[in-house]
Amino acid sequence: MRTFEFMRPQNAAAAVTTAAQAKTAQQGADVKFLAGGTTLIDLMKLEVETPARLIDVNRLPFDKIEEVPGGGLKIGATVRNSYLAYHPAVQRDYSVLSQAILAGASAQIRNMATTAGNLLQRTRCMYFRDTAMPCNKRDPGSGCPAITGSNRMLAILGTSEHCIATNPSDMCVALAALEATIQVQGPKGPRTIPIADFHLLPGNTPNRETVLEPGDLITHVTLPPPIAGSKQVYLKLRDRASYEFALASTAVVLSATGGKVTKACIAFGGVGTKPWRSHDAEAALTGQPADDANFRKAAEAALRGAKPQTENKFKIELAKRCLTHALKMASTA
Amino acid sequence: MPATQLTPIGHDTPRVEGPRKVSGVAQYTSDFHFPGMLYAVPVGATIANGRITKLDTGAAEKMPGVRAILHRQNIGKIFRSTAGPGFAGICEERRPPFEDDVVRYYGQYIALAVAETFETAKAAADAVRATYAPEKPNVDPHLAADDEPGQVMTTFGPRKRLDSQRGDPDAAFGSAPVKLDYTYVTPFETHNPLEPHSTTAVWEGPTLTLYESSQGVVNLRSVLSQMFGLPNENVRVITKFVGSGFGSKLWPWTVCPLAAAAARQVGRPVRVVLGRKMMFHAVGHRPRTQQRVRLGATPEGKLVSLQHDYIYTRSMLDAHHEDCGEATPFQYSVPNLRVSFGRARRNIGGGADMRGPGRVPGLYATESAMNELARQLKIDPVKLRIINEPKIDEGLGIPFSSRHLVECFQLGSEKFGWSKRNPAVGSMQRDGLTLGWGMAGCSWIAARFDAAASIQLRDDGTCRVASATQDIGTGTYTILAQLASARTGVPLEKVEVELGDTSLPEGPLSGGSVATASVVNAVLSAADQAIGSLKTAAVSTPGSPFVNHSPGDLAFENGLLFLKADGAANGVPFADLLRRAKLGLVNGSGNSPATFGNPKPKFSTHSFGCHFAEVTWQPEIARLRVSRVVTVIDAGRIINPLAGRNQIQGAVVMGIGMALLEHTSYDPQNGAPINSSMADYIVAVNADAPPVEVHFLDFPDKELNEVGARGIGEIGLTGIAAAITDAVYHATGVRVRELPVRIEDLLA
Repeated sequence: MRTFEFMRPQNAAAAVTTAAQAKTAQQGADVKFLAGGTTLIDLMKLEVETPARLIDVNRLPFDKIEEVPGGGLKIGATVRNSYLAYHPAVQRDYSVLSQAILAGASAQIRNMATTAGNLLQRTRCMYFRDTAMPCNKRDPGSGCPAITGSNRMLAILGTSEHCIATNPSDMCVALAALEATIQVQGPKGPRTIPIADFHLLPGNTPNRETVLEPGDLITHVTLPPPIAGSKQVYLKLRDRASYEFALASTAVVLSATGGKVTKACIAFGGVGTKPWRSHDAEAALTGQPADDANFRKAAEAALRGAKPQTENKFKIELAKRCLTHALKMASTA
Repeated sequence: MPATQLTPIGHDTPRVEGPRKVSGVAQYTSDFHFPGMLYAVPVGATIANGRITKLDTGAAEKMPGVRAILHRQNIGKIFRSTAGPGFAGICEERRPPFEDDVVRYYGQYIALAVAETFETAKAAADAVRATYAPEKPNVDPHLAADDEPGQVMTTFGPRKRLDSQRGDPDAAFGSAPVKLDYTYVTPFETHNPLEPHSTTAVWEGPTLTLYESSQGVVNLRSVLSQMFGLPNENVRVITKFVGSGFGSKLWPWTVCPLAAAAARQVGRPVRVVLGRKMMFHAVGHRPRTQQRVRLGATPEGKLVSLQHDYIYTRSMLDAHHEDCGEATPFQYSVPNLRVSFGRARRNIGGGADMRGPGRVPGLYATESAMNELARQLKIDPVKLRIINEPKIDEGLGIPFSSRHLVECFQLGSEKFGWSKRNPAVGSMQRDGLTLGWGMAGCSWIAARFDAAASIQLRDDGTCRVASATQDIGTGTYTILAQLASARTGVPLEKVEVELGDTSLPEGPLSGGSVATASVVNAVLSAADQAIGSLKTAAVSTPGSPFVNHSPGDLAFENGLLFLKADGAANGVPFADLLRRAKLGLVNGSGNSPATFGNPKPKFSTHSFGCHFAEVTWQPEIARLRVSRVVTVIDAGRIINPLAGRNQIQGAVVMGIGMALLEHTSYDPQNGAPINSSMADYIVAVNADAPPVEVHFLDFPDKELNEVGARGIGEIGLTGIAAAITDAVYHATGVRVRELPVRIEDLLA
């Protein structure tokens, strides 16, 4: 770990002003916000990130969960994952979010990790995390050894010839299915970003993972009003029973009337370069009978564009089974 | 003996060092601090094959707080070490660090940064810049035997590649009515003890003290004295507690001489603690194996031939032998047999013993073949094994000291409920899950290494027992306390145990599951000698009530000395006697010679056992989990069943990892072990650990020692992977012959 300057601003405005001096808000940023630190400190120890300045946002007033008048939930950026997962309103109205968070990491990590930090969780690609290796995300233009190397855990959706790194978050998959929005305070004022627009595909610039610019401070995540009567399931498949990132996961928010699907929100984790909302699967399902055959059709639709690597072709079938089973669980809940 | 009811041997005994561990008092190697101590961090090569053409240490040397950057030009003389008699001078990487500019594996140490703080040392290590002339590394997982002569050199001396042969196996296989011919593959595995390797070197003039996380302090002393050209007695190695080793700390690695060389150069104590990533580089791994097993049998299930021909990986330099065929000649009765091996060099670090070396991959292969033969013959796999139970060790042609494998099968079947098994694939269900049942036999060496111990009986009624063996987390402190207590009558809480220090009487390695069997007779005879000294003092020292008797008139039981004629009721506690005689203590020492390596044994000594495993399978989401295991072990007398069950349960959980999760992947381009972190090297976690029911048979094996105890550290990991993979087949219909069984194998 390199030495760095540590600061604790009095308010959000000061944090934004300081962070706005950074050259980038993406990989390699010289100024970074520190929340729970479960990703950032890890990467600093590995010297994947070497910021000159850390701005501690833990004492800023973003640690509350508030009900939005007229429905919905406003979740502060520094709300800990465990607090969020066990919040009564989340468990009641947005159980897919609670399920997703509790499927990830360990109790100790969830006690530290924050909402905004989880939104910015970095890939677990082994080449990204090892500074002795080339990596286009960490060191643009150096190459991607994962494409010819160890890529079993990596993405099959949204990849480019420059990067196949998986977004590892469980929480973000649920947020994608819940159509959350992200409130950001930046040098030019506040703005709201739908989660679908927040993460970027790697393309030619895998070092850019989000739309955030220098000085942008995530203050809240807002969930829309709950969909009455919807059934929510998060299903995560992995090698061992706990404490491992997903090979494939899916978040499902399903509404059905008279045995027919009226609305479905579907997102995948573990298979995409970003939290992977599947409008194709949703379209294949909406208006159709909620039965196994249609669930499988939705899964086929979702994975139609999948591009496997040398070691992870199985993820296509695994993701299909994951969605099919999650839909079955939701429809019989 | 009346002491039988009081003896702590055979009773569940909580670890005597437990309170020290949970209260943080126990000092692990990196808990020792010294005035002026410096910290060192190795620099690992970032190629796996080639030469170093330039090493730029300038930036690192200029950093404030950096005291030295060691490399080939300035490390000073380090000699090689060679193996001596017994287990002295053994190490798996004989090339001293920095001996030449050749890089033979990824992570090979090429420099060492020494600084005032760990952080500075790490930053300096990162600032060392190496330029290489790289060549393509060979980490190919597909193995073909290298072209080598019929006899090859291994760490333990020359070894014939035709390891065992009887009858005419090729002809018998050729004409066998039923045949099976499969190749089984086990992956590279990395030990990953929780506590990484840790070394602190302290020089005082011409003497070197090394604080080390070691499974064998006596051997380490021997290696270091050779490497630094010192008299043996000038080197002292101290290992008080070990956060496990699984074999990775059995033999010294190059990090030990590096620390000692650095301390020599800077004239201050130097500590090196490896990071987790380095645990995958230069401190051993279980080699990858590729094992062809051919079985010939009659339709009734009698084996007529067994050929076990295997290949394993080794490093470019070294000669660790992965003895996969060790159990093959005697596990079953078969008239025609061949065991042979070949080796395949790769650009990888030195291979090493990993919990159950040889037999763990070996029995996975042969027990899997037995299960497949049972399927082929439509014979119950338990029955198939009983049909082929041998009367003697057919490899050596001598009787077993004690073999109760059939009883293991019978008890295991009963406890597991094996009679309810429907062998048809996918036929068994519970709570909407498909069940799979599988079983396998297992075995492990029973032997002794040379062991010495000393005992003192002291005038405050306490007893001190000491031996330069070590407790690697398995319960050796408690075993010595139990043995000393049993013989002296001193209650456990008044027995002080000293281990892990070469200034003590030379004790055995904590490896091969032989430490317990080795120390029994040494401790008991040391106690007897101390009691003899007590008797001599009692008849000769003024103040003693036994003056003018002869020692032969006296008896000692439960801490009381008495005249045989008077009986124990009139006994005098030994502490009283010592005080009356103005003696502080009496000494005793004892030895127990090795049986390991005996060229002409009278008996074949092994432990045996079996596993019955159940898996659950959800094909709709390709989810496989091990749901319960029953294990029966025949390991002689179990001195501490509480710790014993713990050993077997831990081994079974490790076996779940071996069967379903663990493997080290080498990057095909640059040869790095790429999943070198605990997030990427997947081991079983608590949520993967099912109920593991352990039963011990109780047949004391007096060939080993007076108590009849064998070792139990490794046997629980042998065979379990074959039981699990057979259960996987039963549940899924998929036969996987390359470990670990992965989701993609089952996504048919």
